[in-house]
Amino acid sequence: MPKAIEIASLNAYYGSFHAVADVSLTIAPRSITAFIGPSGCGKSTLLRTLNRMHEVIPGARVTGSVLVEGQDVYGSGVDPVLVRQRVGMVFQRPNPFPTMSIKDNVLAGVRLQRRRLSKGEANSVVERSLRSAGLWTEVRDRLDKPGASLSGGQQQRLCIARAIAIEPEVLLMDEPCSALDPISTLAIEELMAGLKATYTVVIVTHNMAQAARISDKTAFFTIDGARKPGRLVEYGPTAAMFSEPNQQATADYIAGRFG
Amino acid sequence: MGTVVAERPAVRDSGLNRLVGQPEGTRPPGKRWGKAPKASTGVERAGDRAARRLATAAGATILVALAGVGLFLLARGLPAVRAGQGDLPEGATSFWQLAGPLAFGSVWAAALALLFAIPVAVAVALFISMYAPRRFAGPLGATVDVLAAIPSVVYGLWGLMVFAPMTAGLYRWLSDHMGWFPLFAGKPSATGRTILTAALVLAVMVLPIIAAVCREVFLQTPALSVEAALALGATRWETIRLAVFPFARSGIVSGAMLGLGRALGETMAIAMVLSPTPFLMSVRLLNNTNPNTIAASIAQNFPEAYGMEVNALIGLGLILFVITFAVNYLARRVVARSQPGA
Repeated sequence: MPKAIEIASLNAYYGSFHAVADVSLTIAPRSITAFIGPSGCGKSTLLRTLNRMHEVIPGARVTGSVLVEGQDVYGSGVDPVLVRQRVGMVFQRPNPFPTMSIKDNVLAGVRLQRRRLSKGEANSVVERSLRSAGLWTEVRDRLDKPGASLSGGQQQRLCIARAIAIEPEVLLMDEPCSALDPISTLAIEELMAGLKATYTVVIVTHNMAQAARISDKTAFFTIDGARKPGRLVEYGPTAAMFSEPNQQATADYIAGRFG
Repeated sequence: MGTVVAERPAVRDSGLNRLVGQPEGTRPPGKRWGKAPKASTGVERAGDRAARRLATAAGATILVALAGVGLFLLARGLPAVRAGQGDLPEGATSFWQLAGPLAFGSVWAAALALLFAIPVAVAVALFISMYAPRRFAGPLGATVDVLAAIPSVVYGLWGLMVFAPMTAGLYRWLSDHMGWFPLFAGKPSATGRTILTAALVLAVMVLPIIAAVCREVFLQTPALSVEAALALGATRWETIRLAVFPFARSGIVSGAMLGLGRALGETMAIAMVLSPTPFLMSVRLLNNTNPNTIAASIAQNFPEAYGMEVNALIGLGLILFVITFAVNYLARRVVARSQPGA
């Protein structure tokens, strides 16, 4: 099986607090993988270790290894800046740069990598990214308006356009719909099905119906109590996991008996 | 019918409500929340009423004080505008002959000071808020605040006795090698007591206030924007450019305005460092002959002034008042225009 991401005995810490314990799993390229589990189970933390955004928080550290397309992102001498160019991220709250126009938001990441960008190239990147994010027809005639003038759902799709404008291999989504209304959520879910053709998508979600609708594989995490680390309980094809979970904890969580 | 539940009185709408309702990131930085809407019907609690009246009174006090100062300056200063030779300090033939060069000197010295202070202050603030290890950031910030509390007389003494002699050699070098540059033209001062020295002392004085304001603004950069930049593969400096500076722009200008206010009004440091030449208007930086500033001139001439001379000095104060207003207004305009969607 080809592997886009291989996580091996990964532990994540915030200072002395052990947040994620010994996770190993493999993610296939051009698939959607959902991380589900109760609050505090470490699923977002795990997601943030995949593009080295975890270590941005003071005192946060990681042990173990994460291979993206065979390369260890925690290898010695690996620049986190280059990792984040290959592994893009969309956050829980839409976060377009408030002072930038829609167009400049899309180009923000591209301009970091390529100082000289001709007008034609810039326009084609903007159109391609906004089309992929399903936003082009809505904003094509107001690209110079501030990104903050869009609705929440549009802002989130703008953030997706911004993330894919730099053509990463992997797209991480940290509860991308939890701040959105059902219609905007639907728009993003439909969009993800298309993104799967090009990118390896990993999504953290609290919404189990969403995980069931969009993901190919699901990883279920849980915690055994407060101040305990989160751990991986079960990982497998989504359909099988939601119909016949192997673990009682997974069955209880999916059935809504806790979490 | 069951018990009648008394309807909850509507909370009096105020600016506070807007503060609560604003989603993070949507409020353009530095923008006011706007005027509080008219009071809706309803009961106001005693505590709210007291707080509102106190705040309103404090706000009104500022306006009254400002109007009082303005009226005083106008009433006492205007007569001097028509005064002729004999009634004016330093033997001036007209008020404008006196005021023009001094206004120029004030603006020139303050502008030079800001030119030196702003980049350094922004860098210091960036270091404290973004780069310094947490253990150093706190003490370093406190040190900068202490710098702001040093009396200007001390800065003046230091400028006169330590700094000026140190700079004399540098000025000679600049004059020898870059004398073709108009600002460095003329015979360099051997004592170092030049407008450039005075501006540098001013820069050191205004640096802490600008740095302190910038530091606070930088620290309030939304974490969301910082994460957005980092996740796009921005380096730390690129993150500062993408997320911190756009957000902090109006704050930096506010800090610079506070610094400018201090630089324009600064009396002692200028009066001690410079030996001014009356009525001189020159942009040369390295000479023994230097323009004076309004604040220093008032301080130097006031003890011996009488009659119309006093009015002339108050008139100078009025000019400084107007300059400060104009500069503040211009800066606000610039900030407002540079914000998209504003």
